Amino acid sequence: MSQNFIVSPSPHVHSGNSVSKCMYGVLIALIPAFLVSLYCFGIGALVVTLTSVLACVLFEYLIQKYLLKVKPSICDGSAILTGVLLAFNVPSNLPIWIIIIGALVAIGIGKMTFGGLGNNIFNPALVGRVFLLISFPVQMTTWPVPDPLSMNYLDAETAATPLGLMKQGLSVEAMTTDMLLGNIGGSLGEISAIALLIGFAYMLIRRIITWHIPVSILVTAFVFSFLVNGFDVEGAFQQLLLGGMMLGAIFMATDYVTSPMTPRGMIIYGIGIGLLTIIIRRYGAYPEGMSFAILIMNAATPLINKYVKPKRFGEVKK
Amino acid sequence: MLKTFRIGGVHPPENKLSAGQAIKTAELPKQAVIMLSQHIGAPAQAVVAKGDKVKVGTLLAQAGGFVSANIHSSVSGTVAKIDTAVDVAGFQRPAIYIDVEGDEWEESIDRSETLVKECNLDSKAIVERIKEAGIVGLGGATFPAHVKLTPPPGATATILIINAVECEPYLTADHQLMMEKGAEILVGTELLRKAINVERAVIGIENNKPDAIAHMKELAAAYPTIEICPLKVKYPQGGEKQLIDAVIRRQVPSGGLPIATGAVVQNVGTAFAVYEAVQKNKPLFERIVTVTGKSLAHPSNLKVRVGTPLCQLIDACGGLPEDTEKVISGGPMMGKAVVSTDTPTTKGCSGVLIIRDLESRRKEMTACIRCAKCIAACPMGLAPNTLMNATDHKDWERVEKEHVMDCIECGSCSFTCPAHRPLLDYVRMGKARVGAIIRSRNAK
Repeated sequence: MSQNFIVSPSPHVHSGNSVSKCMYGVLIALIPAFLVSLYCFGIGALVVTLTSVLACVLFEYLIQKYLLKVKPSICDGSAILTGVLLAFNVPSNLPIWIIIIGALVAIGIGKMTFGGLGNNIFNPALVGRVFLLISFPVQMTTWPVPDPLSMNYLDAETAATPLGLMKQGLSVEAMTTDMLLGNIGGSLGEISAIALLIGFAYMLIRRIITWHIPVSILVTAFVFSFLVNGFDVEGAFQQLLLGGMMLGAIFMATDYVTSPMTPRGMIIYGIGIGLLTIIIRRYGAYPEGMSFAILIMNAATPLINKYVKPKRFGEVKK
Repeated sequence: MLKTFRIGGVHPPENKLSAGQAIKTAELPKQAVIMLSQHIGAPAQAVVAKGDKVKVGTLLAQAGGFVSANIHSSVSGTVAKIDTAVDVAGFQRPAIYIDVEGDEWEESIDRSETLVKECNLDSKAIVERIKEAGIVGLGGATFPAHVKLTPPPGATATILIINAVECEPYLTADHQLMMEKGAEILVGTELLRKAINVERAVIGIENNKPDAIAHMKELAAAYPTIEICPLKVKYPQGGEKQLIDAVIRRQVPSGGLPIATGAVVQNVGTAFAVYEAVQKNKPLFERIVTVTGKSLAHPSNLKVRVGTPLCQLIDACGGLPEDTEKVISGGPMMGKAVVSTDTPTTKGCSGVLIIRDLESRRKEMTACIRCAKCIAACPMGLAPNTLMNATDHKDWERVEKEHVMDCIECGSCSFTCPAHRPLLDYVRMGKARVGAIIRSRNAK
């Protein structure tokens, strides 16, 4: 009797997880932060995010189809995620044409030149963001003040961010509670620590990421800023709530492709980011150092992966 | 806190469809096909010839070396031919074909159901009986039982661990055996404990079988030497190394034998077979097989004579559904997909799993996104993605350096990979190649 069975090696079942489920999971985790930015920055947040997502997806499609000549994989959600993260890292009054340039750099240079998803060394959204920061320093550091459900986009009222004020040695009026809720100036997605932490909890429950990277970044940044900023507990705590610290630690540094693969490697990477961020904030020329810190540690990731191996079962000490 | 192993692990859906189904006896086949290689090690050597009359329990083939096992007839009748048959892995292997006539057992076998507790044999005699009966590890690895019960010089056993974890999804054979033959299993455990001269035996059962845990605890109350140890559900806890780690918190050193930790592990089905062999003088020629699958009409636990073709077991459970695309001997994580349902049952066959068309196909593989889920899942603490890449590049030196030989082939990496990468396929390839390189290096 001839039977046409499929014969394949074990395992014969799969968890059902997929790359797109991971990507959409992160997108779901970003919803609380997006809602806060919609409330605080109004129409600007919507315009910037939509533009960024559409541009990223379009550039990925065009590059894959006409330059790399491979089957476009825009449905896996990674380009959408890059778009959202890029938008979350810029002010909500950024002109559309600048966002499109950022998206082109993020997808084209940050991701596709390396061979697409899985091969890039640097976080694409941060490559785009840092490119814009260096190329358009004025537009990229003109922060709109929160104005609930505002319909102003380009002509929104602006002010310096708390971190910028601290850098100039001025006193910060914002309260810690404002920083938790998001009632401060800043990039689109970074303002509310609580919304970002809700996303973090969601990703932990869904097992999309592990705790290692965010916790090691935040603990290192807290301890180090406590030490260098005159043993001020509240000041050190505010360092965690301000700028892109939460957004970076939870969503940017944890990018699968550009972060180390072993728990021990993740902790080394997290400590590096925490230290570099506070060093840049305290001693560097920029008020904010999260993006640079993550990109620098992205560069160190292959080295970490090479030398930090997982803890083996029954390891024989030599 | 329930005990479990410390590194890696995954949680595949349990799908224990046949749980609680009483063990039914499968019908005798018309012709039994008895493979001569039903164990790890050298194939057995046939001691019967075409035309010989055999009874149930007659020795058909003698162990072909130290790591090998005797094979007995599971049926009575006439030897039709000694030829080859396709085994679960799809290879032609020597087999004895027996035309079944009636069901006549060797007189030496005690067929009564009475529980025999007393045993005056010493450890050597017990091991000898186990060896004579051709008992192999019934969890699926089919390692000859007497070999494990004879620790190499210099090694001393300190504890016996009975593996009643049954961490493979779908399978319920061990679970049901405990519910129905618990008293016999405990006697078998005592015999195994005596065979290796240790003071303590632990039966490890995963917590998804609370009825079995309660039942065995109640029965074991009469045995001060036997402890029932509930374990947190996690695959692959039934792996020998993982179970030792879970129960006594000791890790088998990389490249070493389990006995290095002082533990000897035997499957719960093996313990029952040991009881039957030593107390009832019954060789190993039948076992419990879980026949299951989401599309199967009646998922069941069957008592099956070795040599019965799989199709007959499937027919006994409602027949092969139309939309079947894969039939697996064993469980879904480590079982083998068979070429044909004519494949005969062997001592190591713990289950027959029917998989529907949709579930049987793998999804298209995409680029690795370095999410590290395979590293987190690997119970041996390896980096499956690195092993896959190094194998792909044929960098055998690197594959060996990354400890490919430690892999237990549990499949957790492929199971968990969101990019559907066939990690274990590559790791197996690397393992086979590096194994050959190591052997040729040692031969020099």
